[in-house]
Amino acid sequence: MVTNVTSLTRSGLLDFLVQRVSAVIIGLYALCVVGFFLANPALGHADLVGYFGSTSMKLFSTVTVIATVGHAWIGMWTIGTDYIGPHYFGRHATAYRFTYQSGCLLVLFVYAVWALTLFWGR
Amino acid sequence: MQVSVYRYNPDTDEAPEMREMTVRLPEGRDLMVLDVLELLKVEDPSLSYRRSCREGVCGSDGINMNGKNGLACITPVSEIVRRGKLVLRPLPGLPVIRDLVVDMSQFYRQYEKIDPFLQNDSPPPAQERLQSIEEREKLDGLYECILCACCSSACPSFWWNPDKFIGPAGLLQAYRFLADSRDTATAERLAKLEDPFSVFRCRGIMNCVSVCPKGLNPTRAIGKIRSLLLQQGT
Repeated sequence: MVTNVTSLTRSGLLDFLVQRVSAVIIGLYALCVVGFFLANPALGHADLVGYFGSTSMKLFSTVTVIATVGHAWIGMWTIGTDYIGPHYFGRHATAYRFTYQSGCLLVLFVYAVWALTLFWGR
Repeated sequence: MQVSVYRYNPDTDEAPEMREMTVRLPEGRDLMVLDVLELLKVEDPSLSYRRSCREGVCGSDGINMNGKNGLACITPVSEIVRRGKLVLRPLPGLPVIRDLVVDMSQFYRQYEKIDPFLQNDSPPPAQERLQSIEEREKLDGLYECILCACCSSACPSFWWNPDKFIGPAGLLQAYRFLADSRDTATAERLAKLEDPFSVFRCRGIMNCVSVCPKGLNPTRAIGKIRSLLLQQGT
């Protein structure tokens, strides 16, 4: 049986808000980075390090990664609770769904740690 | 005209099948799909389907015609037939009882969940609870729903989670009572809808709007419920 148990917020309203606010943050970040690339066509390694290494950009990147993790989790959780149900997976659906959700969380966690290490590590 | 009809009798058939049937249409006039079903039933009296008012009021004969849900009694053959062929199936996503007759229990359970009756704890007035013209107008486009299930059974979110997602028909009715100036249970009604499934499983694909035989807009009602939840919760 599909349940709310693995929804981290247990609130449709909060998930709805997180998805929309995170989408705005991701969109602004994309505009910012694409705008920078378009405005500076001949970029070298030092330019990129300088751009992404500034404290303001590090903070913006960190916020965007957190927003992406929240956005992706809600989306993937929704997909899992739609399609990995008893209609396709029979009585083992809960086990398949839990495995899928655990995999999603693990991948998102690794991506987040990896990204934060890139932004803030030496 | 060639008609391909979904046939399934769980007492005698191992699996459902599409049966090809031929019907002779009268010259010079357009029939409704329900008329075609009646002609087919003359040929094969074992064909099962629901029908009652035959004028789009009772909502009994919701079926899937050439891939689109609708009421057989108000759908002209000329509008739905493609390349001279008509394919008739039961409403998708609902358990089939026999042929074109589906089990609507889950659909009605979701309708029941939204408490489809006026709630008002204040002492009733001597005659009736009055509404202004503007207050009454807010119910237009909501009260007309006949619960035919064409919309909910066209909704993938309802197919995947019919026990948790209220579905477009139930949510249209939920908003009908939220919008009613005489109803005072707004907070309680919204609290029941705040979970991740009841309302928020709607992805806004609007199949419900495209199939509603009464021309109603459940997606708009769902959007209004979300706005009310946002106003209350933020």
